[in-house]
Amino acid sequence: MMVIRSAMAIIGMMFLQSVHAADSGVLAAQQARVEIVRQVASSVVAIFSADGNGGGSGVLVSADGYALSNFHVTSACGDFMRCGLNDGKLYDAVIVGIDPTGDVAVVKLLGRDDFPHATLGDSDALTVGDWTYAMGNPFLLATDFQPTVTAGIVSGLHRYQYPAGTLLEYTDCIQVDTSINPGNSGGPLFNAVGELVGINGRIAVEKRGRVNVGAGYAISINQIKHFLDHLKGGHVVDHATLGATVRTGADRIVLIDSILDQSDAHRRGLREDDELVSFAGRPIGSVNQYKNILGIYPKGWSLPLVYRRDGKKHEIVVELRALHRDSELKQKPAPKTPRPQPKGKKKEDGPDGDGPATAKLPIEELPAEYKKLFVKKAGYANYYFNQQEQQRVLRGLGTLQSWRASTGRWKLTGKTAANEDFALTMTDTKLGLLLPNRPGLQSLENGADFLDEPPGSGGLLPALQQLKLLLTKGPEVFTEFSYVGSQPLDGRGASVEVLLTKKGGVETHWYFRKADATFVGFDSALGNDVDPCEIRFLQFGDFEGKRFPSRFTIRHGDADFATFDVLTMEAGEIAK
Amino acid sequence: MRQTRRVPFLLMMKIEIKIPLTLTLSPQSRGEGTRSETMRQVLCLISLAVSLVMSNSSFAQSSGETITSVSPKVVKIFGAGGGQKLHAYGSGFLVSEKGHIVTVWSHILDGDTVNVVLHDGRRFEGKVVGAEPPLDMAVLKIEAEGLPHFDLTQAAAVGPGTRVLAFSNAWKVATGDEPVTVMHGVISAKTTLAARRGAFESPYNGPVYVVDAITNNSGAAGGVLTTWDGRLLGMLGKELRNTQTNTWLNYAMPMSELKQTVEEIISGRFSSSKKTDDEDSPGQPKPRRYEALDFGIVTIPDVVTRTPAYIDRVIPGSQAEKVGLLPNDLILFVGEDLVQSCRMLRDELGRLEVNDPLKFIVRRGDVLVSVELVTPRKMEVQN
Repeated sequence: MMVIRSAMAIIGMMFLQSVHAADSGVLAAQQARVEIVRQVASSVVAIFSADGNGGGSGVLVSADGYALSNFHVTSACGDFMRCGLNDGKLYDAVIVGIDPTGDVAVVKLLGRDDFPHATLGDSDALTVGDWTYAMGNPFLLATDFQPTVTAGIVSGLHRYQYPAGTLLEYTDCIQVDTSINPGNSGGPLFNAVGELVGINGRIAVEKRGRVNVGAGYAISINQIKHFLDHLKGGHVVDHATLGATVRTGADRIVLIDSILDQSDAHRRGLREDDELVSFAGRPIGSVNQYKNILGIYPKGWSLPLVYRRDGKKHEIVVELRALHRDSELKQKPAPKTPRPQPKGKKKEDGPDGDGPATAKLPIEELPAEYKKLFVKKAGYANYYFNQQEQQRVLRGLGTLQSWRASTGRWKLTGKTAANEDFALTMTDTKLGLLLPNRPGLQSLENGADFLDEPPGSGGLLPALQQLKLLLTKGPEVFTEFSYVGSQPLDGRGASVEVLLTKKGGVETHWYFRKADATFVGFDSALGNDVDPCEIRFLQFGDFEGKRFPSRFTIRHGDADFATFDVLTMEAGEIAK
Repeated sequence: MRQTRRVPFLLMMKIEIKIPLTLTLSPQSRGEGTRSETMRQVLCLISLAVSLVMSNSSFAQSSGETITSVSPKVVKIFGAGGGQKLHAYGSGFLVSEKGHIVTVWSHILDGDTVNVVLHDGRRFEGKVVGAEPPLDMAVLKIEAEGLPHFDLTQAAAVGPGTRVLAFSNAWKVATGDEPVTVMHGVISAKTTLAARRGAFESPYNGPVYVVDAITNNSGAAGGVLTTWDGRLLGMLGKELRNTQTNTWLNYAMPMSELKQTVEEIISGRFSSSKKTDDEDSPGQPKPRRYEALDFGIVTIPDVVTRTPAYIDRVIPGSQAEKVGLLPNDLILFVGEDLVQSCRMLRDELGRLEVNDPLKFIVRRGDVLVSVELVTPRKMEVQN
């Protein structure tokens, strides 16, 4: 017994010592964790449908109320929903944009312009083993909207999760052993310092029911950043395809298996059996890596791609095509995984938010002033927000808008960078360009098709006509006008916001630098799947007291057409 | 490919938990030297306390390095299986630079060869060089050299409370050169996994580490449990569910149990302790003591996950015929237990002992019919 007693004493001391030893390091770490959780908890949103039924989770990302969630959460909640924050209050919220493929949604909480919000982190900076915190409302436990927090480690990065019978595909996602349960969907995954690195959306389930089994998947915040402006523009956003399929070759190289003739990648020279070396700056070693990279970008983005043919590397910039047809995106979401149901329960296909406990909130009538914040339109989750973004970005035209009403004859003269004289005339009936060896003429009579004039420019004259229309008549003159989102200019440049117009078969993308809203150029294409005429402004000058691009480049396909220096400009106030 | 086997899925098990703390306070004498036993446990506890302190302080610095060094030693295995209930993927770990891989003995190894994918994405054909079904363990070999591997002589043994990492290809989330899944947890207990005679299917019957993390998922079997600083502790076992509590066990078989056999297999000195005429052939469902046919009942083919237990035929002259059971009767209850499927019927019948009374409630049309049978002596029904 002596042995036991003395051993007990030793043990007691050991434990006492261990507590003391833990004091500084462990307790400080714990205190830091408590503090981080306290700070970020105010940004966590509990989402309920307008009729007060259970939904899921979300996270605020801006002071004016934009919040991220899962599409499969918001799709079950309707156009307006109610959101609870940890101040114990319920806020009305409206759907803004959705990404059915990536399972992301943006909603806007209403009624404040000083919402607490999370800081966006860099999910590519995570490493396996890093601590993460998941927050949200699993099983709808929190009736006072105090979020539940669970902690775990990053179990895997750049995971690819196959589509589960629907559009939905989790690419390049973050795998965690942090407990993610029904109701956590749409909620934030924070890194160790409390930055938002992902949106929890999917869990591995098989035979144990729909609860945490040690593998949760979060959509990376870096993917969401690519789509965020599109989503804030009220869109039903689409992901992208290269227009090519790939296969694994010998020695784990990835080869182009087949390629669409109409794709931009084909026009840039990519062909079957070319070896894919890198894409978007990331090396490609497997088909999954390729899918991972492709999956995180919106349609319409241009990305650098390096391929190898006959031992020689080629670098191109390719524009991505839409992954889905519009009609496909309109489908209602199907269940995202074939889920085994718990014994004795047969549930309808619903979001993860359909937890076992269904909270019932008091139903309150939506304030009338909020009803105008939702505008239904095909292809949009909420067209109201697109209209807001259109107006905001258009303000980037600035003083260029003073050309409004100068709808008469425009005549520009100047020199090209190759020191050729040019003269451009634009009237209501025709457009003409005098340029040595490369003259162009475009009729504007009724029924006249827009042409590649001057030949080889991709349609410079039709493109300049689009500019004249935008500046003199405003966006109303186009048959279609919308805000697209943002993307890096020409695949490698600074981020630009994009407006889209369509008129008479000409589709134009207008680019405004995101940093300072400056109008930097536009692309006009004469049809689908053809290279546009790309105009980039290098300099602005004063003409008749008004600002106009004084130097711009014209590019088409893989070749520069010309650089114009405008020396004179006359613009008639009244049409003749 | 041979006919795919049924995965051991529903099983009964009893866990005998020995936690040093309780043992210290009330030493369980087994007629051995109580004092030395107690001392051993005390030492164990001290080392636990030390390891707690150490793991707390060394956590942040070493976890990244541990993951970097351990991940490449774990491989993804793709083999026989497929379909809803039989996953065709698993995990294994390298134990020699020449490509010896330890994994669990499972249906995945049913084919002549399996595909082994290394951390760098290289694919190899793996051949089974030896297996020890009582340990639920097999050793594969791939033709490669200079591979990162665990040194079996460095394998560690730890006690409850130790922080651990689990590495595996759970859920097949990694297929090519993607690193395997890492989870963190704490050893909850070191105990004995004891399966009950009768209707159970746990080939392994010995000491295990029980972990508080959900480590034993589809495809995780054959992965490793390591200490926070990367020392090999054991191999993650197959999924085990207790049908009575509907709980799943997360466990690993300690390397101390596997090491000698692995070394013998690698050196070619191994002869399985398993008798060749053993009816418990690997991965096969163990014969249940009784089955429906013993009573003269043939159920409809068990084709889906939960095939209702309809009687297809009644053997003439059998007990079933005598008590009046008819084709198309749906068996609802065996004794007090609701039977939702052919599989559950098999389980229920499998638990019977000789001369147990057996009461069926069947649905015939719109009425419930109750019948009683007597479990025959096994001798009488054995073919």
